[in-house]
Amino acid sequence: MAKKKRNVVEKESVVVKFVGDSGDGMQLTGDMFSEEAALAGNDLATFPDFPAEIRAPQNTIAGVSGFQMHMGSSKIFTTGDLVDVLIAMNPASLKANLKWAKKGTTILTDTDAFDDKAIEKAGYKQDPLKDHSLDSFNVIKAPITSLTKESLKDKGLDNKTAERSKNMFALGILYFIFNRDLKASFHYFEKRFKKKPELIDINKIALQAGYNYADTIEALESVIQVSPAKMEKGRYRNITGNIATAWGLLAASEKSGRPLFLGSYPITPATEILMELSKHKSLGAKVFQAEDEIAGICSAIGASYTGSLACTSTSGPGLSLKSEAIGLAVMTELPLVIVDVQRGGPSTGLPTKSEQSDLYQALFGRNGECPVIVIAASTSENCFYYAYEAAKLSMEHMTPCILLTDGYLGFGSALFKIPRMADMPAINPPIAKANDPDFKPYRRDPVTLVRKWAIPGTEGLRHRIGGLEKEDIIGTVSTDPLNHQKMVDYRNAKVEKIADFIPLQEVVGNPSGDLLVVSWGGTFGAVHSAVKVLQDEGKKVSHAHFQYIMPLPKNTGEIFSGFKRIVVCELNSGQFVNYLRMKHPKHDYYQFNKVQALPFMINELTDKFNQLLEEK
Amino acid sequence: MSDYVNMTIERSNVPLTKLDFESDQMVKWCPGCGAHAILNAVERVFPKIGYRKENFCIVSGIGCSSRFPYYVNTYGIHGIHGRAAAIGTGVKIANPRLSTWIATGDGDSLAIGGNHFIHIIRRNVDVNILLFNNQIYGLTKGQYSPTTPMGKITKTSPQGTIEHPFNIGELVMGAQGTFFARVPDNNINLMTECMFEAAKHDGTSIIEIMQNCIIYADKAHAGVTGKETKDENMLILKNGEPMLFGKEMKKGLRLKDTRLEVVETGKGGIKAEDILIHDQYNQDPGIHTMLAKLAPPYFPMVFGVIRSAMFPTYDDLVEEQIKFAKDNSKIKCVDDLLNSGDTWEID
Repeated sequence: MAKKKRNVVEKESVVVKFVGDSGDGMQLTGDMFSEEAALAGNDLATFPDFPAEIRAPQNTIAGVSGFQMHMGSSKIFTTGDLVDVLIAMNPASLKANLKWAKKGTTILTDTDAFDDKAIEKAGYKQDPLKDHSLDSFNVIKAPITSLTKESLKDKGLDNKTAERSKNMFALGILYFIFNRDLKASFHYFEKRFKKKPELIDINKIALQAGYNYADTIEALESVIQVSPAKMEKGRYRNITGNIATAWGLLAASEKSGRPLFLGSYPITPATEILMELSKHKSLGAKVFQAEDEIAGICSAIGASYTGSLACTSTSGPGLSLKSEAIGLAVMTELPLVIVDVQRGGPSTGLPTKSEQSDLYQALFGRNGECPVIVIAASTSENCFYYAYEAAKLSMEHMTPCILLTDGYLGFGSALFKIPRMADMPAINPPIAKANDPDFKPYRRDPVTLVRKWAIPGTEGLRHRIGGLEKEDIIGTVSTDPLNHQKMVDYRNAKVEKIADFIPLQEVVGNPSGDLLVVSWGGTFGAVHSAVKVLQDEGKKVSHAHFQYIMPLPKNTGEIFSGFKRIVVCELNSGQFVNYLRMKHPKHDYYQFNKVQALPFMINELTDKFNQLLEEK
Repeated sequence: MSDYVNMTIERSNVPLTKLDFESDQMVKWCPGCGAHAILNAVERVFPKIGYRKENFCIVSGIGCSSRFPYYVNTYGIHGIHGRAAAIGTGVKIANPRLSTWIATGDGDSLAIGGNHFIHIIRRNVDVNILLFNNQIYGLTKGQYSPTTPMGKITKTSPQGTIEHPFNIGELVMGAQGTFFARVPDNNINLMTECMFEAAKHDGTSIIEIMQNCIIYADKAHAGVTGKETKDENMLILKNGEPMLFGKEMKKGLRLKDTRLEVVETGKGGIKAEDILIHDQYNQDPGIHTMLAKLAPPYFPMVFGVIRSAMFPTYDDLVEEQIKFAKDNSKIKCVDDLLNSGDTWEID
């Protein structure tokens, strides 16, 4: 076959989404495509979008599984709003995702999957590939299933096995469209299927066949080039937020010399943290899959008492179950890291979707006066640093810390510049020395108000702690009214004083202007990108993205004073903005909220900001 | 006999006494409460076990029983309601070199903490659980508990309870328990012996202590353990010895078909060798379960160590897996982990 010469179109960034039935292998295909992009030097961010059911009925909208990736030759901050290339393996996945396509989007479809039954099951009245409803898109109609089978006909495979390789055929087409090399994927097959060598060949053939097919068809006028991004020198890898969180905890354990203990119960979207840490027993991690959320945190409190870096990972409903035990950790003044990978709530809510609606729960969801440190990660890769920071603050200040991430960060992936452990900040827990004559369970450091961590087994430090109010210094049970007041004040002040040990809040843009955009946690990418659009237009807009929430950075009020208007954007009905109203009541706050279990789109943010800038 | 206790826990190099374990806290249980005897037995048995005093850790939940850690001078945590088993699990996994004791009650462990109770037993975590069974909620002043006998009038059952109580031994066996002992609070020697046996046992040891609440359920156990009734209604097991009871020690248990029955030696041709011999180490829980379920009026209630079977402990298996992973994994430190798998250089 003669190769056609094609135009090469250079693009700064491209959003690609793979969608199909949940058994079609879209996650794997997306992963492989991302890996290839990373090797080609692009920056990227990915997000898997799968149904809560493991195998929902075939060819239904409910069963659509997707994987979105955004790659570029410059820094990538989000997984992208609208899609440039959509790979839709069946009618249902096309129907469910067409709303993310824009004029001119390339849509690759498997025409073999568009039979009458599947078209009807997807809720189409007629075949969308034939009724001109897709005329504004660049549709590639490829009989992927039959061509895959044809390419493998010499292999003597049964129909089902041959069909299963159709995702590789589709990936081959994509590789051609993006001018990618097949070698890395070949290498991947060789590694992955070491024990089933027949699969190496099958996948190679299907991938190559897809690539060759794309080369011959008329529909492809041009190929897309995304050049390597200019990135900081160093060693890189791809990482999801949940893995980064798990690794951050391991790093903090190694640095502090405190063995890692995780007591957790499986819950979407936090389970990967539990699964990942179970793999790392060689680093001494003790991972306990508990009988419930409560046992998860209570076992961690037991481990913390004995001197471990103790952690529990969960999502919103699990955090509710852990409330009483968090109170015990606050009262006993033990370090404890609680990771909440937020999802849509209340109740069971939307387990696989993301929102920021656990902030109130993290700040206030306990009986009594019960302050804890609350911090939030903002990207998949910085989950590593914020998990590390949560462990550091919790141990050094002998108080529980809630780390908020969310499903988008947890499941999503980004490129991660690999740090060196030698460069990570030191962690110095206040461990009591054997036979310290001055040791008392609740004697505090006069500056930080932190008590000492007296580890069972140590000579001369036997003591009892517990959930009943304790007498100042000596730590015996006390119901004295003035002592209670004093201890409540100490516990509050101890957490407030942490403001002296965290970085000042940064502002992206000028320290004064017409509008300060405030956001926190997992919305960083979208909000940052939207602010940049307006800044590039010369508007006086700046951005303050918060990651330290309790306590807030010391310069928060000062920053707010520099702007005519402040708008707080978050994926809930206004939890952070109300917290700011409480902590910094002198300022007026506008708010922009969305509770659709979807991330912010850049243009909805810029619309809102423009509207605020235009209002008098 | 102290040669048999866990050898991985560091031993005291000076002889310890009861005084080493007495705390300076005022004991605030009601005068005449059975808990005083339990405290006394613990303070007696800890020096005998012989570990360094810093290597004991006592964990509790909520209730009268759970004030226990404050009264013993060891490391200790007073937890929250029902969660002692979960907290204790964390203590033991994180540091297997601590002799971990849990003080709990029938409400704490069998109602609000029922889930943790069965799971710690199923996992066989090496802790010793002192379950104060007074058949009542004492600290909240007299509501029925999961072990209150059916029909009993309490503050929340003015017409009598309509719930079937748990038999703790049966529950322990059902959860695949490896150690179960039952003791009355008025026999401190038996209590001390069973605590020592529990310390020797590798795995979750449950000691049901039939404790008298003098205020809200006084004499709840008197029909079995009282002065007038104990000879006929209590059978105290000794390993390797026949299961005999009664004033003359002539009554005994034998296995007939698939059930236990009470017989009397010398009557109806019953010989001494017909009486069952107790084997607490039998891995099969069949007879142990039958023994745990016996109760008057047709049977004596069985006391002492009913079951003490060898099975791997959870905490040992954790250590084994960690050792295996350390010996076999290429990932020796976090730098190794960060650089494992697919990585690439950008320059």
